[in-house]
Formats: sequence, structure tokens, C-alpha cells
Amino acid sequence: MAQSSLEGLTSSGSLTGHRMSRRTLLRSTAVGVGAVTLPALLAACGSGPGGNKNEVTVGSNASDAVPKTAFQAAFDAYEKESGKKVKVNTKDHNDFQENINRYLQGTPDDVFMWFAGYRMQYFAEKGLLTDISDVWQGFTGFSDALKAQSTHAGKQYFVPYYYYPWAVFHRKSLFASKGYQQPKTWDEFIALAKQMSKDGTPVAFSDKDGWPAMGTFDYIDMRLNGYDFHKSLMAGKEAWTDPKVRNVFDTWRELMPYYQKGALGRTWEEAGQSLQQRKTGMAVFGMPHPGSQFPENERDDIDFFAFPEIDPQHGQGAVEAPIDGFLIARKSKNISGAKNLLTWLGKPKAEDVYLRHDPNNVAVNSGAETSGYSALQKKSAELVAGAQQISQFLDRDTRPDFASTVMIQAIQEFIGNPKDVDGLCNKIERQKKTIFSQTAD
Amino acid sequence: MALTSPRRARRRLRRYTRRDLVVLGVLLGIPVLLDLAIVWGPTLASIGLSFTSWDGIGDIQWVGTDNYRNLFTNYPPFWPAARHNVLWLLFLGLVATPFGLLLAVLIDRGVRFSRFYQSTIYLPVVLSLAIVGFIAQLILGTDQGVVNTIIGPRESPVDWLGDSDLNIWMMMIAASWRHTGYVMILYLAGLKSVDPALKEAAAIDGAGARQTFFRVVFPTLRPVNVIVGVITVIEALRAFDIVYAVNKGRNGLELLSVLITDNIIGEAGRIGFGSAIAVVLLTVSLGFIVTFLVQELRGARER
Repeated sequence: MAQSSLEGLTSSGSLTGHRMSRRTLLRSTAVGVGAVTLPALLAACGSGPGGNKNEVTVGSNASDAVPKTAFQAAFDAYEKESGKKVKVNTKDHNDFQENINRYLQGTPDDVFMWFAGYRMQYFAEKGLLTDISDVWQGFTGFSDALKAQSTHAGKQYFVPYYYYPWAVFHRKSLFASKGYQQPKTWDEFIALAKQMSKDGTPVAFSDKDGWPAMGTFDYIDMRLNGYDFHKSLMAGKEAWTDPKVRNVFDTWRELMPYYQKGALGRTWEEAGQSLQQRKTGMAVFGMPHPGSQFPENERDDIDFFAFPEIDPQHGQGAVEAPIDGFLIARKSKNISGAKNLLTWLGKPKAEDVYLRHDPNNVAVNSGAETSGYSALQKKSAELVAGAQQISQFLDRDTRPDFASTVMIQAIQEFIGNPKDVDGLCNKIERQKKTIFSQTAD
Repeated sequence: MALTSPRRARRRLRRYTRRDLVVLGVLLGIPVLLDLAIVWGPTLASIGLSFTSWDGIGDIQWVGTDNYRNLFTNYPPFWPAARHNVLWLLFLGLVATPFGLLLAVLIDRGVRFSRFYQSTIYLPVVLSLAIVGFIAQLILGTDQGVVNTIIGPRESPVDWLGDSDLNIWMMMIAASWRHTGYVMILYLAGLKSVDPALKEAAAIDGAGARQTFFRVVFPTLRPVNVIVGVITVIEALRAFDIVYAVNKGRNGLELLSVLITDNIIGEAGRIGFGSAIAVVLLTVSLGFIVTFLVQELRGARER
């Protein structure tokens, strides 16, 4: 050890004769660094305020593998057709959402991915989005419901791209082997849940992530009180202490005994896997959720039925189908290029390219090619096509601060202690009042 | 003494050349500016913002003490969070820290394989608390966790991390796993530096092992005790990553730090409200810091 370190010393000493001085070394390093960074700086200036009209940047929250490759395929197709360049900046899904405020006020990409409905309208209201009503003029194949979800105060801000319905998912083979029938009404649904629980395959349930249980709340509210009430409840216009809201929680409680235990410690992935392993019988999910947890060769076994009817007056007309799509930030540097990309993304064929790579969603444009759809995709498309109203999801239909600081906690509290509905509703209402009254500008 | 000291001070002052003053000014000035910009600026900004309503986008509105009133009367997670922070502090202070001391004493007395124990117990300290939270999930998950796979009844598995009465304890145990090792290493270093002559003298005076430790060794560890005390308080007040990794600090795992993050960062953008929680945490921290400083200064004067 000592020997070798001595050798090291002498050899470096022998170098000193023809070593350059420290100053020259520093100087040459500085020149070297300059040579490397200067072109980069110049390039950065080039795409700066003036903007490179042939390149559009896209802020993407599609960090999962399947949607990421699917989006890339769509942008590649656009590049090929238009001869323009698309630069995608992908960020982690949750990070993207949590930083959206600062992102839109800082230096956003020209086009970014986001959600339809209130969650988009909130930012339009704050003046952070670019009006794209002119782009919408050329669109065909979008229903009025879709247009409404893309509109704020008479102007369009959003290009819908795909959606996925929420429903009650299950394995076809399990239903066949046990002789279960898909229920139509709440009573049949509860009877089925009871039977499943008795058979040792309870209803899958998870809410560790804070959002999965919201789907069940939305559906019970819409089936019980109707879409219009649900929408105005979400907009903060109804009182949460209204007996109608308490009724939602009371109805939900009927289902609680038949859920798998420990929902608050379970992620939606684990719940999806329990469905795949036949440990649970069915689950209220969005379409990509079970799909992503089943191995590819078992995906044909997935089936679903619409959330059952509770009040015949409201039937099963409302469908929860979150829509994802594209928007242009107010601070976008290349608005013309961004609009050009959005015009292309609003065409049916743009959706075809995407869905060829991501079979867990359904195209929004009625002109899109559906022949390549799986049976599940076909059924989903039918479900949404037959919908009288389309809701987004609790955290997309109401203010983000209300959803994330009040509703997540409230629903988890309800799952932990389903008995005290009055106390819960009072708490929600009091917090709702302060949140909706503050900054109501 | 009293007469000579001012003269000496003046003579010393004159020795500073202009250049010395510039150097000193720069060297002192930069840290002071950084301190003002990084520590005091944000602190005062938080205090200011806590009296406003601001969503991070539009105008800032002055709302007086509304945020505080809401916080104390109309924000259900606040009191549980405050309670959990206190519980966390008590658990670390009364369970994890004494346990670390015990391990240090045992290892210091020279049990067999002490090197092995020392490194195994210290190992978790190199992990970040977020990783500890991740490990806790692998062990305590409801369906796929190690514990439930081995002992859990299939029918009604224990929901270690989802049961809001249980999960905070699991988190504190996981956090203690790391904290204990940290405390142990600090005390080991302290124990090694205790003069053996002290122990011999105590033994000659007829003190038992217990007496020697509590009356002689422990008091000489005072500097280490202070450091360990400070570390324990800091760890308890800044606890965040472990619960955030597990379930974003909800459903029984609320902590003040989590509430601040939930309100300020994220889509919510209740910056004024979040700042009010931050000010509460600041006040609590200041309480500890002031007590600690007063103790220290008094102790130094007595010595």
C-alpha cells in the first residue's frame, strides 16, 4: 500500500517539469467550457422570444409507458405529415398536476396535456389559457357534450383527445362459473355484492391513493339525485348538509359490509390485481385501471356493466367519462404552431394513431376508426355514446383546492367511520363555504 | 484587567487595514446577505402571506386573521396533525432515543459481535425517510405485505397502514428504526470519550454499575445529550417524507408539514392558508429553540 502511493508521488513529480501552470490550465478550461456552452446558448436564444416557428413544444404528463409510446406515435405521424417538429417534455403524472399552477405562470410549453371540465375552466377563468375557438370552427365529429366540456364562458380552450368510462368491472369467467348476473338496479347490485362476500370474493375497494373511491360517490349521487344536482353540488351551489347528500352516504353505507376489508391501506393497483387473481368479484373502476393490472392474454376476460340504477327517475343516463386532451397556455411562445398541432390532433385519424397503441381508452371523435377496437373498447364506446350526460370525475368537476384539501380527507374519513354522516356533511359544508367564498373573483 | 482591556481592544482595531476591512466585509457580508435572502426573507414573507388569501395566480387579498380562525375552528386535519407531531416528538424522545442510548451502552461494554451490531443498527441511518416509508409499505401492505403474508388471517387482514388508529404507530416505529441508529452512534462516540479514570474512581468509592452510569457517566455526556435532544426535536418537527411516501399524509398520518405542502404546493394553491399553518409550525419550533438557547446560555454561565 505504502509502496504504491510512494510510486504515485514520484511519477507525478516527474511530470512537474513539463506541466503547464495552473493559470494556463484554468484559462484553457474556461475556453473549452465556452466552446461547449456558447453554441448551446445561441441555440437557446434562437428558440427564445422570437420562437422557432417550425418547432412546437408539448408538455406531457403521460409518464406511463403505454400512453407515452402512444403519444409519441401520434406526434411522429404529425411530424411526417406537416414537416414540423414536435418536442415532447414528459414529466411524472403526479408532479405535472401538482406543479400546474407554477408551470402555467412560468415558461410553459406551447401545448400541454390536461383534463376537460371544471379543472380546465378554472385555469381559463384565471386567464392562463389561450382561446382556441377559431380552431374549433374547423372541427367535425365532436358531440355537444364534448364541446360543453371544452368551453368556458362561450369560448373553447380544450381539444378532447380520448376518454375512458367508469363502470363496474369484473371477470367474465368468474361471473360464468359462479352464475352471477350483471345487475341493473341497486337492489340487485347489493344482493350480488352480498352473495360475493358470502362466496369469499368480496367487492374490491381501495382508497389509499385518495381518489379511487370518488368514482363511487359520483355515481351514487348522479343515480340518486340526478346529473344536474351533482353538477351544481360540485360547483359549490348546493349545501352538503342537504338531505340529498346525506342520502348518498347512507346509500353507500349499504355496500360497505361487502367490500374487501382495509380499503384505506390498499392502492388501486392492488385492488386491480385482486380482481385479476379472482380474490375479489367486481370493482368500480375507470377502464384503464383493471386493464393495466391484467396480463395481456387475460384482458379479453374483462367485462363491465354500467353503474346500477337507484332512482328510476334518473335511470342510468349519466356516465362518468373523464376526457383528456390538449390546451394552449396563455404564455405559449409559438401560438400559431400550437394551433396547427391542435387542428391536427382534433382530427379522427390522429386519435386512431394513438388508440392503436393504447387499447385502454376510447376515441372522442365520432369519425374515428373503431374496427380495430377490442370488445371492451366497443362496449365502452357504446356506453358513452348512449350517455345523456357526461361527468368528468369528482376532482375534475370541482375546484382543485376543494377536491384535494377537503374531499379526499372527507371520503377517507367516511370509509374509516361510515356511521357519522351528519358530522361529516357539516364539516364538508363549513369548509366548502370558506373555500368557495375566498378568491371568488 | 478592567482597565487594560479597552485599550487593548482599540489597539487591535487599528491593526485592520482598509484591505482587511474590505475582505472582512465581503466575507461576512455574503453570508449575512444569504442568510437574509434564504432564511429571513421567506420567513417574513410566510408571516405576511398568512394574513392574506392568495391562490398563487391572481391578486393577493388581505384577510386579517381569517386564516388562523379557519385553521383552528374549521379545518378538521389541523388538530390531529398537531397531536401527531406531539406524539411523534414524545415517541422519539421517550422510546427511540433512550433505546439508542441503551444500545450504545451495551455495545460500549463490549458484547460479542459488537462491530456487527454497530454497523447493522447504524445502517438505516444512510436511508432517507422516504425510502424507510417505502420499505414499511413492503412489510406492512394489506394484501402483499410481508407481515400479512406470514401471519395475517386471509379473511380479515390487519390494515397496518390504512387503519387510522394504527398507522401512526407503525410510522413512528419505522422512523424510530432509523432514529435509534443515529442516536446510538452519537452516544457511542460520547461514551468512548468518557475518561475511564472517572469510572474507576466511582468504583473505588463503592458505586454500583447503575449508579456509576447515572451519576457519573451520563452527566459527563452533557454535550452529546444536547445534540441528541436537538436532533430528536428537529426530526419530530420536520417528519414528512415517511408519511408522504406511504399515503401522502392522510387518513391518520396528518402532520403539520404535510398540511403545509398540501395547501401550498399541489393544485390547491391556498397559499395564504398554508402559510398560516407554516407560521404555527414556526412558532412551535421557536418555542423549542428559545428554551434550548436559554438553557444553553444559562448552563454556559454556570460553568
